[in-house]
Parts: sequence; C-alpha cells; structure tokens
Amino acid sequence: MSKLVVATTSLAGCFGCHMSLLDIDERILDLIELVEFNKSPINDIKTFTKQCDIGLIEGGCCNSENIHVLKDFRKNCKILVSLGECAIMGGLPALRNGIPIEECLAEAYLDGPTVKGNIHKILPNDKELPMLLDKVYPCHEVVKIDYYLPGCPPRADLIWDVLVALVTGDEMKLPYEVVKFD
Amino acid sequence: MSNKIKFKIDGVTCEAEKGQYIVDAAWENGIYIPTLCNIPGIKPQGSCRICTVNINGRPMTACTTPLLDGMEIENDIPEIREIRKAIIESLFVEGNHFCPACEKSGNCMLQALAYRFQMMAPRFPYSFPVKGVDASHPKIIKDQNRCILCKRCIKSIKDEDGKSIFAFYGRGHKLRVHVDPELADKLTDELAQKAMDVCPVGSILVKEKGFDVPIGKRAYDNVPIGSDIEGNK
Ligand code: SF4
Ligand code: SF4
Repeated sequence: MSKLVVATTSLAGCFGCHMSLLDIDERILDLIELVEFNKSPINDIKTFTKQCDIGLIEGGCCNSENIHVLKDFRKNCKILVSLGECAIMGGLPALRNGIPIEECLAEAYLDGPTVKGNIHKILPNDKELPMLLDKVYPCHEVVKIDYYLPGCPPRADLIWDVLVALVTGDEMKLPYEVVKFD
Repeated sequence: MSNKIKFKIDGVTCEAEKGQYIVDAAWENGIYIPTLCNIPGIKPQGSCRICTVNINGRPMTACTTPLLDGMEIENDIPEIREIRKAIIESLFVEGNHFCPACEKSGNCMLQALAYRFQMMAPRFPYSFPVKGVDASHPKIIKDQNRCILCKRCIKSIKDEDGKSIFAFYGRGHKLRVHVDPELADKLTDELAQKAMDVCPVGSILVKEKGFDVPIGKRAYDNVPIGSDIEGNK
C-alpha cells in the first residue's frame, strides 16, 4: 500500500499545534513509516508537488494570504482537518474581532506604547504585504472542513490517534481526557 | 407518609416523590439530565432549555415540570441529545468564548457540557459580538463576553437586606447582566467568591485570582459533567 500524503500549514496560529504534533516524540519515527509529508513547514516544502490525502490546518484566517493558502489546501487535499482552537474559532488572534481594524493598526503602528520612530505616521502599505481581513475567520467559515481537533494546542496523543485512524481507516477514538478546548 | 410513585426514563422504571421536579427525581435515581440555569433548591425558571426531555412524547423542560404517576420520559436519545448539543453550540457562538485564556476553563459548566456532548465546532457561524468587560468594581470583574444570561447570579447573590447585586439591563440582543456599583463596593470576600462559584461560566471573576488549579486537576478535566450523579445508581 502506498503511503498517505500529509500536508500541514500554519495560518494565523503560533506554531503551537505543530509543536504538539512533534510532541508525539519517538512515534514520529512510526509516523514517517505510515505517511509521507508534502507541503509543510516541518520539511520546508513550499508548494504542493502532488495531490495529498490529509491537510492539517493550524490557525484561522486573518489576512488575504491565509485565505489563499487555505483554498489551495482545500484544492490539494482530500481531507482537511482544523487543528486547534485558532483554526476552529479564530483563537487569540480573534480577540481583535470586536475592535475596528483602523484602531488595531493605529495601536500597532502609530499610538502604541512600544511605537518608536514612525515619524511619518506610515501604516505598512507595501503591495507585497497581504491585506488584513476585517476580522479573523474560523477555517470552516471559509472552506469545507472535514474534521476538528480541539485544544490549545490539541494534545499530542489526540493528533497521533486521529492520524493513525485516518491512515488505517479505523474509527477515531476520542477519549474524554484528550478532547479539550485549552 | 411516603408519596412514592413510579415513572420511566428511557424505559427504566424509577421511583420518586410525586410532584418533585423531574430533574431532581432523575438525579436521585442516578440518571443525569443536564442543567445549566438551574440551581437545586431555588425556584426553577427553565430558561436555558438544556434539560429538555420528551415527556409522554412532547419536549418539555425537566427542571420546571413536576413528576406525575406513570410518566414516560425520554432523556438520552439521539433526538434529545441533538437538541442539547445545538443549544450548547448556540451559546458558544452568541458570546466570545476564548477557552484557552479563560480563568474558568476546566471548571466551566458550559465547556463541560460541550465536552460531554462532543461539540467539535459549532454548526452556527460565530457572531463575535461586542460586549465588553466591567472591571470597575473593587472585588469582582464582570466579563460580558462569557455571560450566558442564565440569571443564577441574580437569583442567588444578595446582600444582607436581600437586595440583588446583579440585575438584567436592556432587552433582546442588548440584554446584559450588570453589577450594582454601590452594592459591589460593599461586597464581602465570601460573597464575591460565592458569585464566582454560582456563575456556571467565567463571567464573574474574583479579582487577582485565577488559574490556581493546574490543568489535569480541575473539575471536568478527567470525568464528564454528571458523572457524580450517574455514580448514585
Ligand atoms: S466561560 Fe467556559 S466556555 Fe466560555 S471561555 Fe470560559 S471556559 Fe470557555
Ligand atoms: S454572570 Fe454568570 S451567573 Fe450571572 S447570568 Fe451571566 S452566566 Fe449566569
């Protein structure tokens, strides 16, 4: 049987979910026997080189680039998994959702206590920079998501069990102690 | 004189006092019907609907309905579980529940119910309402983002003259539970703690406290909410 192909990305996340994936410790050796990694920050493959079976999405969507990457994942992965609270509900970045975007930018670049030297009062406006969205969106409000793994981050044991279940086709075990929102 | 009558929950014959509220009768028989706005011993109001059961085929709130002889109650069936899950999901999207940063996480009834009913992501879109935090009082913080408007604080936290420290303010989607600033100034440490404990979520917090129990040791870290009641069997 050929190995299933896994891709991962971190959108508006802190990489904690990827750290938790690495927290499966020596089982990572078993994992690379079971799956092959394609586009992922773990191996630094930047673009999809083939159709993937499983896409793990960390983080919600806070800018136009996140939307682009997420849609690219949807196109290139059979199964998409929202990994962690930020992907599921926006997480800490979504704390800005009640604050107008102008105020957020002003606090960050003009008026905040740590702002120094922006004498021309410029907001970052290079064309290369992704546009901020009006608010941070959960991934399933942008594309269809097939599975959700809650947690901040999701427990390593949960990620491991679910990946193994997806590879073997067995039913997912979701033990009470590992499905948590924090 | 005992007034015990027989009734059935999910086909299991149970016994309890006639006229008792169904929730209390079920719990005594070791059957968990979830509650959220209800406080045992205080007049029920049936506002959160999480205790919805089918009574003789009709959905009704178990916290407000008195028990009658021979009632047939459906509780743990797919249809009822789905209603409860939808209620929990709607409460999550109507507020701003950032559990990873919440002082009540692990001890929160709403979160615990979400665990019990295996909410992975709500089916409704998040509304991210603008609600605010009131930290102006000496002893407590009132975080409106997490308030589910259950009225538990209004009903049970009173000063020695019987005046409520918390009260409803506004209507419809602008309804909030506000704190009376004068009464809050005089709040004792004990009453502040009682208010935090009676709030099922993290909307009332005692200042300069929080995260004092490590993850893994909090109320709902290892066993689902209701396990103690099911242990009564
Ligand atoms: S009140 Fe409960 S559900 Fe809301 S953020 Fe806090 S722990 Fe989560
Ligand atoms: S503050 Fe807490 S107890 Fe009071 S109504 Fe809101 S959720 Fe209920």
